[in-house]
Amino acid sequence: MLLGRELTYLFLKEIRLELKQRYVLNGILLYLVSTVFVTYLAFTGTITTETWNSLFWIILLFVAVNGISKSFVQENPARHLYYYTIASPEAIILSKILYNLLLMAILSVLALLFFVLLMGNMIQNPGLFFTALILGSLGLSSVLTMIASIASRASNNFSLMAILSFPIVLPLLMTLMKVSGSALTTASWSGNIPLIIILLIINVAVILLAFLLFPYLWRD
Amino acid sequence: MIKTYWWKILSFLLLLYAVIYGFYVDIPQMPIIHQSIRNIFYHVGMWFGMFIMLIVSFIYSLKYLKGFDEKNDRIAIEAVNVALMFGFLGIFTGMIWANFTWGSPWVKDPKLNGAAVGLVIYLAYIILRSSVEDRHKRAKVSAVYNIFAFILWIIFVLILPKLSSSLHPATGNDSSTPVMPMGLNPSMRTVFYPAMIGWILLGTWILQIRVRLSKIKQRLEEI
Repeated sequence: MLLGRELTYLFLKEIRLELKQRYVLNGILLYLVSTVFVTYLAFTGTITTETWNSLFWIILLFVAVNGISKSFVQENPARHLYYYTIASPEAIILSKILYNLLLMAILSVLALLFFVLLMGNMIQNPGLFFTALILGSLGLSSVLTMIASIASRASNNFSLMAILSFPIVLPLLMTLMKVSGSALTTASWSGNIPLIIILLIINVAVILLAFLLFPYLWRD
Repeated sequence: MIKTYWWKILSFLLLLYAVIYGFYVDIPQMPIIHQSIRNIFYHVGMWFGMFIMLIVSFIYSLKYLKGFDEKNDRIAIEAVNVALMFGFLGIFTGMIWANFTWGSPWVKDPKLNGAAVGLVIYLAYIILRSSVEDRHKRAKVSAVYNIFAFILWIIFVLILPKLSSSLHPATGNDSSTPVMPMGLNPSMRTVFYPAMIGWILLGTWILQIRVRLSKIKQRLEEI
């Protein structure tokens, strides 16, 4: 399939680009470490499961916005014109989403490790928590990639990225917090299956919308 | 002549009826809420108006992406402006009401949060529009954002009640409501439905005037 081949090449290009500009990745990692450390210093001794849960997801949201906002601005517009002539817009957006999924998966696992190291491990049901983490990475990467492509078309990109994405990411984030919140308090899965289905529906809807809408943004 | 503006007269008459008869109609005697239940004719109308205007905006954004006709973009943005006006009025009428019945102007409730998030999304939409210089690019980018945001907002409004409990009277068969267990009684319905139609028609009227105004403004700029 042509789309599959385009996707592979573009995906590998994203990885190569990231490894070439290593300072961007290092910047995000340091951002992650310092935010967790700030919350650790601010919250030592007063942490409950609820605060643990909300802090973790809020940190992950900020890290995600930081990491993904560069998606469409790190290469110059002339290069985008070049991609426009050789690849389909669907392949571009899917490759970006896939690459950001990989980035988010790595970042969320690192965030979890560091968070657990400093704040203590409160997870009762690791399986459920990791399900939330994976579905959350996918959801955050797809919503934020789409918003990054919208924000890249306008001036004052970074603050726009935040105001456009925060209200939109809420359905995803609230469901994630609910699921991971119950992974912190009980070891059972019951009651969480509907929420996991909601997460899956949100993910599918977002990816479908990105797939359908991105060609309009791309054609300039 | 009358064929083109009969609905404006209808809107005026319906709202006049709702404002006058809304204060006379028999209401059920209920604790806590008492006479303040009459606010339902005005407060709920704001949400109906906002929701209809957002649907209009969504449809015209889809239409814009189909043919890139600037006319559709103009309707999309003006519908959002009218929806924001309704939204803010809805928040204010709700806050006054909540202060009497729930004891504070803002409580943690899925309907309030859903409405507030809707307002934030569309304020962001306005800011997005003002930060794109080129007219055609602005129309395209904001149409894409509008479609994307509207669908996610609908998902948010639908799933939110599942994640938390509400103080608002229930719709459908959910009975977990402390405030208004029986919903609307028949005499209130005779005011409620005409009032809702009146508010929606008024919104359409404002939308029509705003679209004409923006058309004239653009023409003046071009001269």
